Amino acid sequence: MGAMFRSEEMVLCQMFVQPEAAYVSMYELGEAGIAQFRDLNPHVNDFQRRYVSEVRRCSEMERKLRWVSAELPEPPPPPKPSPRILSPREINILEERIDYIESEIHEITKNAQNLKTDYLSLIELKILIEKTQTFFQDHSAHRKISASVQVYNNEGALGHLGFIAGVVATPRVASFERMLWRISHGNIFFKQAQIEEPLKDPITGHELQKTVFVVFFHGEQIKFRVKKVCTGFQATLYPCPATYKDQQDMLAGVGTRIKDLEIVLEQTENHRRLVLANIARDINTWMVAVRKEKAIYHTLNMFSMDIIKKCLIAECWVPRSDLPLLQRALDDGVKTSGSPIPSIIHQVPTQEIPPTFNRTNKFTRGFQNLIDSYGIASYREVNPALYTIITFPFLFAVMFGDMGHGLIMTAFAAIIIILEKRLAKQKTDNEIWNIFFGGRYIILLMGLFSMYTGLIYNDVFSKSLNIFGSSWRNVYDNATLMKHKMFDLDPAVAYTQTPYPFGLDPAWQFASNNIIFLNSFKMKLSIIFGVIHMAFGVTLSVVNFKFFKKPQMIFLQYLPQILFLLLLFWYLCILMFLKWILYSTVATDPVYGSACAPSVLITFINMMLFKDSEVRPPCDAFMYDGQKAIQRTFLAIPFLCIPVMLCGKPVYQILVKRRQSQSVEGGEVEKMEEDGIGEVMITQAIHTIEYVLGAVSHTASYLRLWALSLAHAQLSAVLWQRLLRMGLGGGSPVMAIPLFFLFAVWAFFTLAILVLMEGLSAFLHTLRLHWVEFMSKFYEGQGYAFLPFSFSVILENDDEDVKEKPNGGPPQ
Amino acid sequence: MACTICGPKFSLCALVLSVWGIIQLTLMGVFYQIGAVALLEDLPMEEGGHHSITDFIAQVEDGYTQNAHNCWIAALLYVITLVVSGHQFWMNNRASVSM
Repeated sequence: MGAMFRSEEMVLCQMFVQPEAAYVSMYELGEAGIAQFRDLNPHVNDFQRRYVSEVRRCSEMERKLRWVSAELPEPPPPPKPSPRILSPREINILEERIDYIESEIHEITKNAQNLKTDYLSLIELKILIEKTQTFFQDHSAHRKISASVQVYNNEGALGHLGFIAGVVATPRVASFERMLWRISHGNIFFKQAQIEEPLKDPITGHELQKTVFVVFFHGEQIKFRVKKVCTGFQATLYPCPATYKDQQDMLAGVGTRIKDLEIVLEQTENHRRLVLANIARDINTWMVAVRKEKAIYHTLNMFSMDIIKKCLIAECWVPRSDLPLLQRALDDGVKTSGSPIPSIIHQVPTQEIPPTFNRTNKFTRGFQNLIDSYGIASYREVNPALYTIITFPFLFAVMFGDMGHGLIMTAFAAIIIILEKRLAKQKTDNEIWNIFFGGRYIILLMGLFSMYTGLIYNDVFSKSLNIFGSSWRNVYDNATLMKHKMFDLDPAVAYTQTPYPFGLDPAWQFASNNIIFLNSFKMKLSIIFGVIHMAFGVTLSVVNFKFFKKPQMIFLQYLPQILFLLLLFWYLCILMFLKWILYSTVATDPVYGSACAPSVLITFINMMLFKDSEVRPPCDAFMYDGQKAIQRTFLAIPFLCIPVMLCGKPVYQILVKRRQSQSVEGGEVEKMEEDGIGEVMITQAIHTIEYVLGAVSHTASYLRLWALSLAHAQLSAVLWQRLLRMGLGGGSPVMAIPLFFLFAVWAFFTLAILVLMEGLSAFLHTLRLHWVEFMSKFYEGQGYAFLPFSFSVILENDDEDVKEKPNGGPPQ
Repeated sequence: MACTICGPKFSLCALVLSVWGIIQLTLMGVFYQIGAVALLEDLPMEEGGHHSITDFIAQVEDGYTQNAHNCWIAALLYVITLVVSGHQFWMNNRASVSM
């Protein structure tokens, strides 16, 4: 009980564990996630620690598994739950198996690459022969060359024209040709043809653009040089027969070899797929096992050895309520290892500030995150997240009040929550979706509260619901109604004097002074909510003072602060209530007639400035008897509170110190204390100024509740009037078609602008109201978070790591 | 598959829009039918062309019925979109499962 009220009590524990039992105990603790271990050898290099070789072994296995999983054609299935810890023998078997798999896949990949390289060169050769045939036969002009080449090749030295054929990358062709022309002084003949369909690089799988070329030249010298250039440009040369018949023979030979290779390639691919499919079933389970293993040894590295090297000493922060769990984990470790010596837990009293740990569930986690992103609570200070669960959705809804939009939001959140389990399984790195999913319960509450405030404001997509029957009635006869477009409704006559039972009267939807009325109402409402919210925040500081045993602060800080806030700003709220209750159009006393109702704001300003308001004949200057005296008192007391806030704490500290130094002994300590007091004075002055100015500016800041609510209501009204009304022109049934389309457009804008954008802006303003206006009154936020050693956290973080930096190349 | 015209996301959008459209337009039709005052502003009105109160009332009532019918027709059109997008969504789902 009361887990949310403040963070849990933490204990610093020292554990003496036998090395044999430590492994099993750590496994259990990792599953439970209850202990935050402290590094006891902070000065020891990572490579000099005790379990370096184990950690390295696990890293190696992890790397291999990552490489293998990158080779998988599709994402492997999620890991199977393994409730049991792996014994050292099983780990060894797993390691061997991973080694074997890795080398096997490596081999297969290499073979496949070799085969593909062969295949590529064969294809190139085939294309080359096909192209060169056209080079040789195309034009009659080339016949001569062809003829002389044949002569040269067949008869040896008779002709002097030789040729070289090959394939070169297309982007290199231009420079290749130029280079050839240069080295031969223009004495060569260069023919080229681009290969239309791109080839595939056997290693990277990228597409290659290649060009077939044939160089005709004259003489051995040039042939030599041409070959050199070819190697320089990484051109692949192929032996190409010169006669047509030889070419045909070679083409046929190449064709059969290509077919054979295709079959072999297909078989290799099938084999590879089979092997990978076999691995895919288990790979994630192995990965989890290996990561857990690594995490355990990593934690064990933080432990220190005792002098005789017989047992490990660990220090950890544990929530007090989880101590039995810790004890059980250690006992299990001892039992499993069969060691005769039990592990010992020993609580260490310490001056150190423990980490802050708020136990959350899926419902409270979102709210706790809102608070934690401002600052982690100091150890055991009041946790505002508990109150945020109600105040956050409520203040949001005050700005977002609309039944329709609230319903959409509720439906969205409800769907996510109903499908929660299924959605939680499919992890995505879509950040926006993750934010929505993490805050699903916040969104649900925000939606529900918005529906409620929507009912109060009587807004459903800017239309009012007339559920109980309006309290206003028509007082004009038909003849008058025919003459004018606008009518004044005097509340004395047209209002039935019984208010509409729930929320705003629907008659206001048609009033031309609708906005003026709503503004006055919502402004007052937001100030009232604001003052209550802030007074609650100030009061929460009492709980902190009591808990941290500083009762004097209640008188020195809380009382002056709350008096300042209540006497000035709650009095403003009381004036509002008085105005609502006292003044009426049907009042018998003209002093309390609606014409005499004073402006609350002006009354308040006059109170601050000691001015008297103007008196118009039937009216009274004040709302009640003795108002002037009360206001003077209410103004005087807060001003007297300021010096108390300013000097109370420093004076108290001086007095305490003096009493101490009297009882112990004064002397040279005096000087140092002077310094301390000066600092305290300055901080206290800052705090006081901040609070006093803050009380004014924060109260005004709550007016954003009114401003956003007004903007939201107006936007939704405009959207309906400008868009949907076009489709509601009546007329023939054909008008239903534009209505059909306009509704879609209207729905889109309702969703995009009113629900998403306005929702976001209202959310941010609510967040600000909590962080700045509410929490600044009592929240310190100087703590640090409790980060227990937990497998689930480690596994999740590792997943993110992998996504950030995809695994490196294959092992060398 | 020949029957899938649109992708899974679009069909889901259309599905949600159709459900919303059917619910809201049917309700609006009902409210027009019972002559809800809140919707009076949306009726088509001829400017200053009323000679008598009865004339005016007749016109308003006519507008209410027409709008009610139009809303219901539009809701029916959304029923059609619902069926089409629902079919598409189902096809898409089946396609992704069979893959």
